[in-house]
Amino acid sequence: MAPLVVVDGLCINAHGIDGREFPIVKDVSFTIEEGQVLALAGESGSGKTTIALAMLGHVRPGCRIVGGRIRVGDADVLSLTPAALRDLRGATVSYVAQSATASFNPALKLNEQVVEIALTHHLMRHAEAHARAVELYRGLALPDPEGIGECFPHQVSGGQLQRLMAAMALCAKPKLLILDEPTTALDVTTQIEVLKAFKNVIEIERTAAIYVTHDLAVVAQIADRIIVLNGGEIQEAGATNAIIERPSHAYTKTLMAAVRPPPKIGNGSDSKRIASSMPPIIEIKNVTAGYGGVDGSGNPRIPVLWNIDLAIRRSSVVGVIGESGCGKSTLARVIAGLLPWAAGTVLLDGAALPPRVKDRSREQLRKVQIVFQMADTALNPRHKIASILGRPLEFFHGKAGAGLKPRIAELLDMVRLPRSFADRYPTELSGGQKQRINLARALAAEPDLVLCDEVTSALDAVVGAAIIDLLKELRRELGVAYMFISHDLSTVASFVDEIAVLYAGRLVEAGDTRSVLAPPRHPYSDLLVSSVPELRIGWLEDTAAMRATKAALGGVVTSTVAGCAFADRCPFRIEGLCEREAPPARRTDAGLVIYCHRTLEELGSPRSDQR
Amino acid sequence: MSIEVAGERALARRRLRLSGTAWVGASIVAFWIAMAIGGAWLAPYDQGTLVSDNIFDPIGSRFLLGTDYLGRDMLSRLLVGARTTLGLAGIATALAIFIGAPLGMLAAVIGGWVDMALSRAVDALLSIPTLLFGLVIVAAIGSYIPVLLVAAALAYAPGHFRLARALSMDMNVMDFVEVARARGESPWWIARQEILPNIVMPLLTDFGLRFVFVVLFLSGLSFLGLGVQPPDADWGSMVRENLAGLSDGYAAALIPATAIASLTIGINLVIDSLSARAGRDISRDGA
Repeated sequence: MAPLVVVDGLCINAHGIDGREFPIVKDVSFTIEEGQVLALAGESGSGKTTIALAMLGHVRPGCRIVGGRIRVGDADVLSLTPAALRDLRGATVSYVAQSATASFNPALKLNEQVVEIALTHHLMRHAEAHARAVELYRGLALPDPEGIGECFPHQVSGGQLQRLMAAMALCAKPKLLILDEPTTALDVTTQIEVLKAFKNVIEIERTAAIYVTHDLAVVAQIADRIIVLNGGEIQEAGATNAIIERPSHAYTKTLMAAVRPPPKIGNGSDSKRIASSMPPIIEIKNVTAGYGGVDGSGNPRIPVLWNIDLAIRRSSVVGVIGESGCGKSTLARVIAGLLPWAAGTVLLDGAALPPRVKDRSREQLRKVQIVFQMADTALNPRHKIASILGRPLEFFHGKAGAGLKPRIAELLDMVRLPRSFADRYPTELSGGQKQRINLARALAAEPDLVLCDEVTSALDAVVGAAIIDLLKELRRELGVAYMFISHDLSTVASFVDEIAVLYAGRLVEAGDTRSVLAPPRHPYSDLLVSSVPELRIGWLEDTAAMRATKAALGGVVTSTVAGCAFADRCPFRIEGLCEREAPPARRTDAGLVIYCHRTLEELGSPRSDQR
Repeated sequence: MSIEVAGERALARRRLRLSGTAWVGASIVAFWIAMAIGGAWLAPYDQGTLVSDNIFDPIGSRFLLGTDYLGRDMLSRLLVGARTTLGLAGIATALAIFIGAPLGMLAAVIGGWVDMALSRAVDALLSIPTLLFGLVIVAAIGSYIPVLLVAAALAYAPGHFRLARALSMDMNVMDFVEVARARGESPWWIARQEILPNIVMPLLTDFGLRFVFVVLFLSGLSFLGLGVQPPDADWGSMVRENLAGLSDGYAAALIPATAIASLTIGINLVIDSLSARAGRDISRDGA
């Protein structure tokens, strides 16, 4: 039988700002059989999304298909009339975008949007389409398949919305499904469920799929074949197990190395011994913080953090992890003075730190610097790099005029950027370069502590890994301490000395990296550790099978005032106790602290150990 | 490297290129600005002298645009009036934006009760119809040029305040403002250094738009007899003076009205292209 999709010599050009054209996809050819999942893997800029969109006969503005052929089923995609192209899209080839939140109309019920394609193409009757939608919801393991379609998009979680988007794409029974980084924006714990659902529904529907991602560990779970792209060219193509187990191309190896080192390899870092003897630079004691002002009893109206205790030693790295919404970014904002805490104390170098920026001395301000996740919005697009880096020098160190230039050059050297960047504007820089400038700006103050808020999360794996390497080097050279916030356990585990795990605004476990990653573990840490995809085929099935034996892990985060925040998702919940009383702190000799009603012996028992 | 330099040049070229309608608008505006500067020398007669024995002379070779209700040369009065009208409106709009925009930016950056107090005060000012506001001030104090300027500035500053505050609110949540805040920068520094460069284009667009309103406002006051006082020429007062001739079919009232209309249209054409480009700039930065 002829393959379902044939792409032959596809070339796509883009217009530069100066009007010249340059190639972004160079002579790409591949085929997809019916029911097969092909992964396009590569960093951003590798052309993977551009190729995927070309299957729909679509190119982004400023781009042009200059050569090649695309056949999907019997349609020659590139020679179709606009009307025929409209019939193709949605009905024969459909698309699932990265951000489901941005792809749903907030004013329409989910069902209306899911069945829309089938109805506009007159492929199904109304009742038939609705029945089909419910069938898909069931296949995607969505809760309450009959009722969920009556919800509005804001009433369901991000992971559910992503699955609903797959239902929308599949409703009209397309021959080819395009998934563009559909799990990248999700938390690891949610990602597993979504991946499993996608894999399941693709098997049931026998749809061919193109899975676009930068994450080879995810690819290994879902794809039959992999194409590794770099700079618009195919580097390596082959069956998934061949590529994962025996990568032959150097670029594939780089990509694999950058992707998620298993969190078990916490490299009990070299400066560990020195760091543990250092006095703390910052001590957070019993801090409660939130938004909306404080109520009569002194608690914030919308509390985000409860009774947090955390200390960061000089020159050490503390990783703060947890799912989105757990309050980890709020913690950084609290320390930086952007959000005054409602109760508790924070000590900087042993002296009390005022909650508000405006009450802090310049010296206190200098010692703590913050670096944000979104490199794009953290740099003012109207200022040159020189003035962005120059301001903290002027502000904290009174440097001005001619004195600035050598120091700016030094800072650029420090973050491994060419000195000529001083005359550029942020828009002329790539994401990784911008993040380096962000870091340089923080370092310009000569701080003792840098708060890194998801600094690598918005970057490609390879670029993010380079930033982590840079952070390590800077720490060695300058002795600066970091609080490294991330939702990605494997990133954190690779270089931090200590880990603090947050759940729904509470500290659930804290200690040095090795102790946190090894049993005994808090049930939530356990869930996090086991959710990080491994670069191994069959990992998804193993994990899912193991999950199935435990109840209630699919729940959503709820913030309760009393009891353990994790109680309703915890597989080891003790009824009548966990949801009522705050868990006690269980401490080990190694300095690990776990907040749980179960004893350390119980937590360390084989029942909770994954491996 | 060389590609990027070439890119910048292409960008610079594109910045200079205006659309067709913008060229028309820019030519009209440039013409009136030239007249405001050099009109007094070009005027064939003194604007205050009765040069004709007839009132409402028609358009002809001796008086190119005819004469007004007293027999003064319309062309001369129009040219001299350009300076009064454009000058007054320009100064008043500049005053308005220098009062409104900084306060708006500060209100957004400081927030809290400062924002509350300023915003409510501005709401109160905005609730009074502009022309009525001007009338009350001029009627109470008297029609002097400085009073006119202050009245127009106060009447239009709230609009600038509101726009500057709204634009600054968008910028205020950006991480680079947070970084500056965490560094301990003063609100004024944040407004000036971090926010202003990002909102200056829409503010200028608004300046142009409101300039037109101020021209109309001052012309309106003049028309009601409370603006520029005779015998000084001003387009608004010229319309009023010659209104009596309109019912008899004389063109004298239409000439200054046409001048006001052409300036308004010209400025709007330029602004439209500026704001379209500001939109493009923002989308490019966002990409």
